Amino acid sequence: MIGIINYRMGNLRSVQKAFEHVGASCLLLDAPGMIDRATKLVLPGVGAFGDGMKHLDEDGWIDPIRRFIQQGGPFLGICLGMQLLMESSTEDAPATDRPISGLGLIPGRVVRFEGESFGPGKLKVPHMGWNTLNQATPHCPLWQGLPESPSVYFVHSFFAQPTQQKVTAATADYGGQFCAAIQHENILATQFHPEKSQQTGLTMLRNFARIKRS
Amino acid sequence: MLFHRIIPCLDVKAGRVVKGINFEGLRDAGDPVEVARRYDAQGADELVFLDITASHEDRGIMLEVVRQVAEHCFMPFTVGGGIRTLEDVTALIQAGAEKVSINTAAVVNPDLISQTARRFGRCATVVNIDPKRVVRNGRTVFEVHTHGGRRPTGLEVVAWARQVVDRGAGEIVLTSMDADGTKDGYDIEVTAMVADAVEVPVVASGGCGAPEHIRQVLQETSADAALAASIFHYGIWSIGQTKEYLARHGVAVRLTDDLPATSNAGDPDPRGIGPA
Repeated sequence: MIGIINYRMGNLRSVQKAFEHVGASCLLLDAPGMIDRATKLVLPGVGAFGDGMKHLDEDGWIDPIRRFIQQGGPFLGICLGMQLLMESSTEDAPATDRPISGLGLIPGRVVRFEGESFGPGKLKVPHMGWNTLNQATPHCPLWQGLPESPSVYFVHSFFAQPTQQKVTAATADYGGQFCAAIQHENILATQFHPEKSQQTGLTMLRNFARIKRS
Repeated sequence: MLFHRIIPCLDVKAGRVVKGINFEGLRDAGDPVEVARRYDAQGADELVFLDITASHEDRGIMLEVVRQVAEHCFMPFTVGGGIRTLEDVTALIQAGAEKVSINTAAVVNPDLISQTARRFGRCATVVNIDPKRVVRNGRTVFEVHTHGGRRPTGLEVVAWARQVVDRGAGEIVLTSMDADGTKDGYDIEVTAMVADAVEVPVVASGGCGAPEHIRQVLQETSADAALAASIFHYGIWSIGQTKEYLARHGVAVRLTDDLPATSNAGDPDPRGIGPA
């Protein structure tokens, strides 16, 4: 049973429907007490990093998520759900003047697309639309059955910068290569939206559903 | 590399797609879910649904359409038309819309833009801007209109575009009221002005009558995406044919990966992951 964490951050229904479409049984987890019913966890989410951490904290998700991952449970973070795995984010930092702490399960931070390549008439922020993936770890279970450079749907202004290069499972090019997916032990994460990436994304979700817990 | 997006727009009235839809083999051309599925299969990059009645009683019908589309189409889509309040926005996002697009309400109550961006993120917040050429003191200016181009607002398009981005819009759909319905091509002048003035993606809209018009607006301006209705609806050009035309003429568009359907999980795969 795939548990989808409901921490009040946007549209969880699309993720649930996509898993159901590929024949996986899944359940929206409305409270941490339900976590025992899940053998795999998915952390989706859209919106601001600060709000995401606040909701995870207020709803009591932080320790249960850490425990689940420590016990080797397969975990998939999507979009904001990938960024929250990192140690910190500069999103909303101008207001608070220091980076906001994340779950810290992957060493590294979350930063915004910035620099000379971006701006009016140049590359736009948010990075919005279909971009091609460059697989850094071809053996990542998510990529099974996919072409080498599949196209997936992105919509984000911030992205994860892991400290260790080896956790990057795929990159994409937007004013330079950035980390588009992570694989670290039993943690998988995508900056793009597999649930919105048509057949390519559905294949990845089916791959996640088929992973056997080791 | 990020591709230019090709986006069909569907006008929905009382739960039915209006304007002729002429897909071969499609029994009920007015069903939004069937039409969306067809565009999905053809490789559309996103969909836009515009609720053109948006009366109070129709809002519930639109929400049901959104739920149904989200259940059957695993692609991004935006819903616009008649959004007045944060409650309207919340209901559409929870029903499965990726983004909501605000038009008249953005002018009447600009705070709705910031509220939507705060609650659902800049990425989910789209503002529609409808400019029209008018002459003021002997000078031609592009003035923002609302109510389907009927009501002038006194706002100049570039200033307004910058303002909506400052307030939290993550994307602008720019529909030229001069070009809309003509099928003579997008308004290159106003599209270039706005796309060069803001840091967020701009979707060109209004006037598309052929794939050549899409090529022109994507190559001659810094617009990121093109929206079209009638060329796709009347079955003159499919999305696939349009994208092939664009690719042949040097426009970066996504040609879909040919993958087997994923209708069920089947046999579990022996490969596992876990702590190394």
